[in-house]
Amino acid sequence: MIKPLIQYFLALLLAPLLSGVINRVKAFFGGRRGVPLFQLYFDLYKLAHKTPVYSRTTTWLFRAGPVIGLAAMLCALALLPFGGRPSFLSFDGDLILLVYLLGLARLAAVLAALDTGSSFEGMGASREVQFAVFAEPAFFLALAALARGGGGLSLSGIFSNLTPAAWLTASPVLTLVTVSLFIVFLAENSRLPVDDPNTHLELTMIHEVMVLDHSGPDLAFIFYGAALKLWVLGGLIACVILPRHSGSWVVDSGAFILAMFAIAAVVGAIESVMGRLRLLKVPYLLMTALTFSILALIFQAGR
Amino acid sequence: MTTLAELIIVAVILLNLSLAASGTLAACIRLAAAQGVIAALLPLLAGREVPPGTLVFCGAVILLKGAIFPWLLTRARIKANVSKDADPVIGYPASIILCLGAFAASSWLGARLPLPETARVAWIVPASLSTIFTGFLLLTTRTKAITQVLGYLVIENGIYIFGLALFVEQPLMVEMAILLDVFVAVFVMGITIFHISREFDHIDTAELSQLRDWHSGEAK
Repeated sequence: MIKPLIQYFLALLLAPLLSGVINRVKAFFGGRRGVPLFQLYFDLYKLAHKTPVYSRTTTWLFRAGPVIGLAAMLCALALLPFGGRPSFLSFDGDLILLVYLLGLARLAAVLAALDTGSSFEGMGASREVQFAVFAEPAFFLALAALARGGGGLSLSGIFSNLTPAAWLTASPVLTLVTVSLFIVFLAENSRLPVDDPNTHLELTMIHEVMVLDHSGPDLAFIFYGAALKLWVLGGLIACVILPRHSGSWVVDSGAFILAMFAIAAVVGAIESVMGRLRLLKVPYLLMTALTFSILALIFQAGR
Repeated sequence: MTTLAELIIVAVILLNLSLAASGTLAACIRLAAAQGVIAALLPLLAGREVPPGTLVFCGAVILLKGAIFPWLLTRARIKANVSKDADPVIGYPASIILCLGAFAASSWLGARLPLPETARVAWIVPASLSTIFTGFLLLTTRTKAITQVLGYLVIENGIYIFGLALFVEQPLMVEMAILLDVFVAVFVMGITIFHISREFDHIDTAELSQLRDWHSGEAK
């Protein structure tokens, strides 16, 4: 019981470090020194001490948005296994809960954005939901393909069932699932081919525009929630590509954390070498992910 | 070895989908060529020792589908001076959905089709059926004459993969004869495309729907 709790708190502690790693890799590719590795921690600390400012047009929905978003992410993180080791909160069907928790966080963010009454934020909310239409089925079907491989409907069950031997026999399915999950990971965390996390003043931005009116601790909640989302979706990929091995708990956890930072480094490299897609092309990318998930599910069902 | 063959099958299906989704003629030519080459590698991975005849045959297929066909088609494309786009009648998402549906249907069919006990790799029959369907899709929904030839080539790829599932021993003569037919067909079609484009300034088959004699008879 104590080990899963340590895993959970490690994830809570290390999650903001991922975006630091991404930024450092991007700075390395650009030949710069870049922001400090722990910049997000400083930002969170600074924001937590500020007084939030609320517009008179907003209602309780606007204040509830960041809190609900962060709470949903904290619950989602509790469901996530840690490198094949079960989480402390795992039950049959928790993968469906995970998908809906991510959906709830999105709903809270979208409602808060619409509540400001700004047409600019409404535009971002509209885009966020439009892309979610493609990203959510891709994510759900990828999880379904994994669940079909054995281990029941619980994430911990699936990933403790996923052994290196599975990669030998079912490598086509797992490759398709990994690619699909990675595209969903990039889209959901508003990383580069879909959305540029650095811009606040582009007409094509999606996620950043929804959080423009939040300030103080609310903004800190949103940033921390985004970091946790990065960890949750990245953790799923790390669990797929790094099957359970029978080593000790310390080795397993260390390998998992290393895999998480490796994924962050890959994201940084992708952001350095790729431009963002035209907004009209983004649904095509997400449809690719959906296609991969459906293919994986058909293959897995027919095995 | 079977895992490798399965990976190749997955690659063939993904190439089907990208053929349905790709927008430029040059990309379509390259994708069809890649599919031919990848499918030609399949008999080498059948899990038994490979007789030298099969090796020569595979080499011939790879040379023909990977080098000569794309060369002929690219030449026809450049000489006919057509625009770069494939101009589908239906949108790309619809094409992809049709392709996926075809794969789902053919995997349902493949599970029910009685086959001799030689299908060493699962998924060969669904992959071949969906490849044939993709060929039909290219034939029916793309308007350029070159994409008609490409659809024909993709159908041939599908039939080739289907042949692998059916035959214990590769009937070399039959396959060679098919290959020769296809070669001549592509050759003739390349010349025809060139002539069509010289005669009419385009190779849009949607425009070629009326016979001239019939049309002049109407006019009288």
